[in-house]
Amino acid sequence: MMEDTICAVSTAVGVGGIAIIRVSGPKSIEIVDSIFKGKSLADVASHTIHYGHIFWKNMVIDEVLVSVMRAPKTYTTEDVVEINIHGGVAVTNKVLSILLACGCRQALPGEFTKRAFLNGRIDLTQAEAVGDLLSAESENARGLSINQLTGKLSLIITTLKNQLLELESKIEVNIDYPEYEDIEDMTVSKVYDELKLLFVDIQRLISESNNGKIVKSGLNVAIIGRPNVGKSSILNALLEEDKAIVTDIEGTTRDIVEGKMILNGNVINFIDTAGIRETEDVVERIGVDKSLKTLEGADLAILVLNNGEAFTKEEEQLLEKIKEKRHIVFVNKDDLEGKLILPNGVEAVYGNTVERDGLEALKKRIISLFELEELSKKDFTYISNARQLALIEQVKTSIDNAMKAIEEGMPVDVVAIDLSEARTKLGEILGDVYDEELIDELFSRFCLGK
Amino acid sequence: MKYEVIVVGGGHAGIEACYATSKIGHQTLLITGNIKNIGDMPCNPSIGGTSKGVIVREVDALGGLMGKVADTALLQMKMLNGSKGPAVRCLRAQADKEIYPLRMQETLLKQENLTVMEAIVEDLSVDEDTKKIKGVVLSDGKTIECDVLILTTGTYLKSEILRGSEKLLEGPHGEKRSNELSDNLARLGFQIIRLKTGTPPRIDAKTVDYSKMKEELGDQVHYSFSFDGTSDYDVAKQEKCYLIYTNDKTHQIIKDNLKKSSMYGGFVSGVGPRYCPSIEDKIVKFADKEKHILFLEPQSMVKGSSYYEALYLQGFSTSMPIEVQEEMIHSLRGLEKAKILEYAYAIEYDAINPLQVQPSLESKIIENVFTAGQINGTSGYEEAAGQGIIAGINASKKLKGVAPLILKRSEAYIGVLIDDLVTKGTIEPYRMLTSRAEYRLILRHDNADLRLRQYGYEAGTIAKNQKNKLDKKINEIEETKKLFKEVKIKKDDLEGLIHNPVTSTLYELAKRPEIDLETLVKLYPPLEHIDKDVLDEVVIETKYEGYIAKTYRDAEKLVRLESKQIPFDIDYAKVKNLASEARQKLEAVRPVSIAQASRISGVNPSDIEILAVYLKKEYNKDE
Repeated sequence: MMEDTICAVSTAVGVGGIAIIRVSGPKSIEIVDSIFKGKSLADVASHTIHYGHIFWKNMVIDEVLVSVMRAPKTYTTEDVVEINIHGGVAVTNKVLSILLACGCRQALPGEFTKRAFLNGRIDLTQAEAVGDLLSAESENARGLSINQLTGKLSLIITTLKNQLLELESKIEVNIDYPEYEDIEDMTVSKVYDELKLLFVDIQRLISESNNGKIVKSGLNVAIIGRPNVGKSSILNALLEEDKAIVTDIEGTTRDIVEGKMILNGNVINFIDTAGIRETEDVVERIGVDKSLKTLEGADLAILVLNNGEAFTKEEEQLLEKIKEKRHIVFVNKDDLEGKLILPNGVEAVYGNTVERDGLEALKKRIISLFELEELSKKDFTYISNARQLALIEQVKTSIDNAMKAIEEGMPVDVVAIDLSEARTKLGEILGDVYDEELIDELFSRFCLGK
Repeated sequence: MKYEVIVVGGGHAGIEACYATSKIGHQTLLITGNIKNIGDMPCNPSIGGTSKGVIVREVDALGGLMGKVADTALLQMKMLNGSKGPAVRCLRAQADKEIYPLRMQETLLKQENLTVMEAIVEDLSVDEDTKKIKGVVLSDGKTIECDVLILTTGTYLKSEILRGSEKLLEGPHGEKRSNELSDNLARLGFQIIRLKTGTPPRIDAKTVDYSKMKEELGDQVHYSFSFDGTSDYDVAKQEKCYLIYTNDKTHQIIKDNLKKSSMYGGFVSGVGPRYCPSIEDKIVKFADKEKHILFLEPQSMVKGSSYYEALYLQGFSTSMPIEVQEEMIHSLRGLEKAKILEYAYAIEYDAINPLQVQPSLESKIIENVFTAGQINGTSGYEEAAGQGIIAGINASKKLKGVAPLILKRSEAYIGVLIDDLVTKGTIEPYRMLTSRAEYRLILRHDNADLRLRQYGYEAGTIAKNQKNKLDKKINEIEETKKLFKEVKIKKDDLEGLIHNPVTSTLYELAKRPEIDLETLVKLYPPLEHIDKDVLDEVVIETKYEGYIAKTYRDAEKLVRLESKQIPFDIDYAKVKNLASEARQKLEAVRPVSIAQASRISGVNPSDIEILAVYLKKEYNKDE
């Protein structure tokens, strides 16, 4: 249990009719009670809400509702008080400064959640989920985060960890009691068979983590093509707003322009890029370089071609560039006379932005490429952040090493080293292992008041 | 008369402790209840075994006696876990229970700077003001003064022998127990815990039908426990052990009589060791097992010795009354007509809470008192010897005013053992297991001398000639490693030995699992001129190079955490936000480093985080 009492504004300051100030720690009830006129908060039942006024130096500061939640069934597991005040900047700052004057300390970003973690209510994956839930932009991202918050991911990781532990302990018994024939002999081949099963589970977690990434951060879709094939018009048509400036002049788009839409509950982030061509113009050159960089980081490339013009050498090069990536070829301006002849084997979606033709087909193609329909029906329990993914990759490597060691004929005690390493890494995902820098870094990314 | 060091108890811990201090040159007095019992093996007739075998090597590397004396008392020798990997290989010997103590007594009685006397110690004499030891008080009321005291009282503190409801107030072999010492220790502030252990029956060898049993033979290779190669047995003339199983009938007898057992009848308050359970424990806890394995082992080949005719029935320790034991034993195949020479018994005894012991084995309660062996809550001859030599070395270092020898978990099983005891405490007799050692790949049987001899030399327990031998070995290992990288074996010579042969260096070949030392010698005969131990070392370090390097890296991380020291005078009440359980545990253990703190059960990573932040703030030391 922490010994100081912290407070912070838990809602965005200055907007909204109501702001909530959260206070947590051993003196939270006492401090709020001392500035509250209404019922005596020391005497009210836990998890109840009360009407009254905040008073300071005999002046009414605001009319408020105060929720009192006593330890341990609270967010931080400490005594927590939440004050609902009117949402103006002046009111919020005044009440906050009164609380500070009464002995509260301003909470650091993420400190409430950090306390929930340090007090043992949640593990590290759950703490991370809080942050994810706050920044969730789509229904699916919300589903993913809440599953992680309620411990579904923890359960999967813990189960894997326990399976490894059981395997290790069988090996250890063999080593410590070599003369006892009545215990199950853990030969390397038996260990190998069990590892194979574990490997499949971990492999699945990793491959599904891509789903997790899509669900959480959405898909980055780069719209590329030669200048003036209509990339910006397509962006605007998809978003149904005029995000990008559209003219007949080649090279109008010089910087990248982004816009988001929701497809099947997932965020799709479209990125319009400058037309790619050889150019002497310094500013345009920078734009082209940016386009190429955007393309590299994108999950999907949409190559836009102009039906009214012949297929060029530059376009052939672009097609080559995106071959290894998931991509869609969109032939724009299909209302014009067809001068374009696609190379053999290249499939395309046809349409034009003037009649808003082919846009639905384009969306459908995106949905089918990433199986977004199936994805939204799934139970969202995925590894979804880089820290977890990096660790689970290491777990996979350790198990892979163990299997390789067995294949090479290494003895079982050496194999045990890889297994215990894999188990330690799984523990790190949950925050079992002491790592000061990691914890500080992780919670500092939270917003204030959570 | 005043001694620099007094050692109380002549068991395996006491022997190593007094041998070490006297060898270093301190005037030492060993007080034992009975000189004839020095080095006694009251339980199994074996030395070594999994992980314990490595401890014997470590004791030897530090200059101890156990390995050398065992080498002269061998009945059978085996290398265990040969196929399970280099980290877990260890020697296990059947040792002659008559010869082993005799050799120990001979050695100690002629040891310079060491006086041995028979007496029972009942109290400590402590300076009231300084809380320093002044001496010991004997049962006749006499006081003998000392600068440093080492207590290695084994199972003799208020010991009780139990068979069914029968209870005898004595130590093993009917020896005198110490009645008052543990009460007096409690009065001085030691927390006393009650432990239990047991020993199986001894069977008359003449009444056993060996034809119904499976023979267990020693290895056909000559081994020594000691790095000085002191064993003298004849590989071809090793004694046999015999393997038998319990059966339905045995299990039924035990189940029918469970209430009569001391343990299950509720006559015992001490906690027994999980890792060395009684046969009734095994049958209750593993009810689905149809049979349990037992070994019949010789105890001595000295004709006329009481051990000569008596076989030890390993795995059959029990606290049943004698009439039930008769029935149980006669239900075993080959023992239908066996005569029981000595019945199994459980023994209960007092020990101290090892959380009150520092990593140096010096007491936290009274200065200049060291404890080692069963008094610290351990079980086993080897565990006792390992602590004994450290207590001896550190008693000497205390006298000299230099820093104690604290072996890290990554340096020795003895380090793991002591760290576990003083960090986690114990509620049952602590037995060493290989699985307790997280860095066991570098704590091997073969490299104990490379790990520890230098420490022994610095302490004064290892002689100059032994140190020279060590330096020579280290040098040869380096030379041989170089040679392995230089010498190439032609492709043609490897035909049939490895898959898709290419011309390879010895180093590359040694890395291959299918190539062993013997094959390397055949491929490159000049290796014959290199010492076998050196070659073994080089081959192991080559074959498992990657894993060994990984273990060293992990150990290195630990060393960094070990270096984050916690000041001795830290006030945990001032560390805000610690969980109350963690605060109590930290208060009780008073760990010396963040690393040790993180190993305490009940202290969570979040507590360590809080503690680390506090230390940083309060003592302004980041690293």
